[in-house]
Amino acid sequence: MSTLTAATQADLKKAPSAYAPAVQADAKPAAPPASVSAATPKPRVVPSAARPLLFQPRVQRIVYPLLVGVTLLVLWQGLVTGLELPPYLVPSPLLMMQTLITDWAALGASLAVTVKITLLAFLAATITGVLISFLFVQSKAIETALFPYAVLLQVTPIVAVAPLIIIWVRDPTLSMVICASLVALFPIISNTTLGLRSVDPDLQSYFQLNRATRLQTLLRLRIPSALPYFFGGLRISSGLALIGAVVAEFVAGTGGTGAGLAYQILQAGFQLNIPRMFAALLLISLTGVALFALMAWLSKKALGGWHASETSHD
Amino acid sequence: MSLVETPVAVIGHPPAPAVEVLSVEKTYPNGTQALLPVDLTIEEGEFVTLLGPSGCGKSTLLKMVAGLLEPTEGRLHLWRKPVAKLEASGKKMAFVFQSPTLMPWASVQANVRLPLDLAGMPKAQSQAQVDEALALVGLSRFANDLPRALSGGMQMRVSIARSLVTQPDLLLMDEPFGALDEITRHKLDAELLDLWRKKKLTVIFVTHSIHEAVFLSTRVVMMAARPGRVVEEFPIDEPYPRTPDFLVSPQFSRYAKQLQDSLQRASQVTEDAQ
Repeated sequence: MSTLTAATQADLKKAPSAYAPAVQADAKPAAPPASVSAATPKPRVVPSAARPLLFQPRVQRIVYPLLVGVTLLVLWQGLVTGLELPPYLVPSPLLMMQTLITDWAALGASLAVTVKITLLAFLAATITGVLISFLFVQSKAIETALFPYAVLLQVTPIVAVAPLIIIWVRDPTLSMVICASLVALFPIISNTTLGLRSVDPDLQSYFQLNRATRLQTLLRLRIPSALPYFFGGLRISSGLALIGAVVAEFVAGTGGTGAGLAYQILQAGFQLNIPRMFAALLLISLTGVALFALMAWLSKKALGGWHASETSHD
Repeated sequence: MSLVETPVAVIGHPPAPAVEVLSVEKTYPNGTQALLPVDLTIEEGEFVTLLGPSGCGKSTLLKMVAGLLEPTEGRLHLWRKPVAKLEASGKKMAFVFQSPTLMPWASVQANVRLPLDLAGMPKAQSQAQVDEALALVGLSRFANDLPRALSGGMQMRVSIARSLVTQPDLLLMDEPFGALDEITRHKLDAELLDLWRKKKLTVIFVTHSIHEAVFLSTRVVMMAARPGRVVEEFPIDEPYPRTPDFLVSPQFSRYAKQLQDSLQRASQVTEDAQ
């Protein structure tokens, strides 16, 4: 009995969002049915606890991609064994995992280096990007004057600029962080600027009517309105920071203790140590996925309650 | 140019009219005449409705009274003070938009508290006022919910609570219930009348619904479009409280017919001119 009540209550909490979604959009609400109050929604979906495990969307979201992954791995393993492909061309997934374990000392250290550069660059890009956005929204003149240069920064290939930065900046870590930040910067600037400008005009009028100061409007209206856009920018930039870090490592070609995963890939290429190359690749991909998942989680934490992008799919 | 008519239902004997619109007109920079010169005096305690089709300048007029728009010509006084210097008269004004205009990320009570926060009132001090305003609109138990958890009508009530929390003397409402279904609208109309009487407010209410105008107002200001202008004023000389019975009474139909005819005549003039 108590579980049933709990399930119903959970449903009640969720249900209104299904009936009155996105009423908050700046447009007029399209006459939401008044009969549906938060207290008495008709349950539309069967409470999830009553459904078999495999039919729950939450389980499906994990099981479906996992099935595809396992199928591909089995195919890959089968093809490599069946066609007797040599490991210096295509290693089997099993061999790749083996290499990952045996070479972990070198690969793990490199992973730490790459992750460090990525995170530092991501952080630097986020802080710089947000500050530049704040500058941009201060006046249209500032944005008009500076925006072309932000675009310039974005369209110039980092591979072309990286050697210069590596020559100018003596510290290898710092130079690589700068390269990666440059790659990750633009989405933060453009998204946050767009967000800071995307304020409900009526709400803005309301603040104006109440004689809100510039600071009050920024803190209470502009920043919260910009959050969904900002998190969209973060998701893109997290991936770009990783790409930037790997590219910078390639160009810098730093070996020794400061060697990142890109250097491991280069080295493995020279030595035709393809299983190791695959293992390094796998680590880079996993790092990217982890970063993306982290950003998605953060965005959900910050916007889960109110923004349509995070509340629409259940 | 319309003539100023003597306001009908004056409650008490106020020293100064709440709103004076003196030959105010609005022309947009591209030359569009949004509003021909308007003269209008609203006494304290009146419930005046600006009624007309879209494009008649009723929202424009209301926004000029609020100080959100500058008139091209003419002057606007609230309690004999220019709109920007309202504080000097010790009076307050609140505005209710057509959409609830709530902050989707903030709880219902945080939304209601907003005007007090912006005025710099400490939370400890404002809480009692917030609770009272929420109780007035019957939403006390939703204080901690997010706006999206509420229906459209309830969100509108939050918006009204937010406007009442500062204890305003003048309430400006821009088609506040226009996006709601009819049943909810009737309900909120009745609640609004209660609040108006209880709080002794002066209300300017913009609508395009003849029925809503007749039901609510002490006076209806009829406006017409192309160009936007005031056509006629109609006192609605009926006692309060007005019950749902009033909606189906012969007097109600008479008033509605009068307004309907006036609207028709006004649009006839426009068509003949074109």
